[in-house]
Amino acid sequence: MSEHIDSIKTYTLIFLALLALTFITSTVAYIDLGPLNIVVALVIAVTKMLLVALFFMHVRYSTKLTKIVVAGGLLWLAILLLLTMADFVSRGWLAGT
Amino acid sequence: MASANPLALREQFDTAAQQKDASVLAMWIFLVTEIMFFGGLFLAYTAYRSFYPEVFGAASRTLSATIGAVNTAVLLTSSYTMVLAVRAAQKGSRKALIWFLILTMIFGTVFLGVKAYEWHEKFVEHHVPGPSFHLEGEPLQGQAQLFFSLYFAMTGLHALHMVVGMGIMTVMTWRAWLGRFNADYYTPIDVAGLYWHFVDVIWIFLFPLLYLIDRHVPK
Repeated sequence: MSEHIDSIKTYTLIFLALLALTFITSTVAYIDLGPLNIVVALVIAVTKMLLVALFFMHVRYSTKLTKIVVAGGLLWLAILLLLTMADFVSRGWLAGT
Repeated sequence: MASANPLALREQFDTAAQQKDASVLAMWIFLVTEIMFFGGLFLAYTAYRSFYPEVFGAASRTLSATIGAVNTAVLLTSSYTMVLAVRAAQKGSRKALIWFLILTMIFGTVFLGVKAYEWHEKFVEHHVPGPSFHLEGEPLQGQAQLFFSLYFAMTGLHALHMVVGMGIMTVMTWRAWLGRFNADYYTPIDVAGLYWHFVDVIWIFLFPLLYLIDRHVPK
């Protein structure tokens, strides 16, 4: 078995990065960036998700099949969100459209 | 492979590595169904927040971002101890494995305790959807109830997953105590870790979407 065992140092650095990102997103939320507030919050959330998935959930070392399944899941989620919201926007149902 | 545990290599698999890959893949397929399950709620939240941005913003600002941030840190810490538990299992260290699993459960309990305190506040402040619902200074009470309905559905479903996770960790701790795992066979710990981290990732998105994105607008 070619099992990878990460060092405690690696995990600790990822953990500290996650805490730092939590602090940053909580602080930036109070600064008025207009429509960019949501973008910043989601970019930080996606970054945190990637750190957890790649390091804590070992996706980095997973088989190709597992990686495809993970990416496929996110692809279907994107279809669910994007197509539904595209429908709402194009019908002019949303506030301000 | 000379392993103490007969489960380390079942007859339908050629190698222990193949068996472990199959388990991890199956867990990820389950987690993908969970992504779609929570995805429906995230979609409902996104759609209704787009319909009623002002009321959702006002309702969101009644939540405590500080408590939310602290609870996020608590949950991230539990993920950190979980990944150290998996590492201890990889190293075949039974004692460290048990301790890190216990720590994970302690941080999980703290998270649920803080969540319970927040929900209690909602009852006290009449922010629970129903006949006694009232959001101060908000003319559109129906839209405000919609926010809190989604708030309770999403955080409630997340908390339910935490409770299930606590049950899984209890079983894992018991089996680790009985010495069922070693450096050659620790797949259940690995797979339980995937579940725990997944629940953490759901919260990583719930926290900014429910607590943060409407903070910048002055009250």
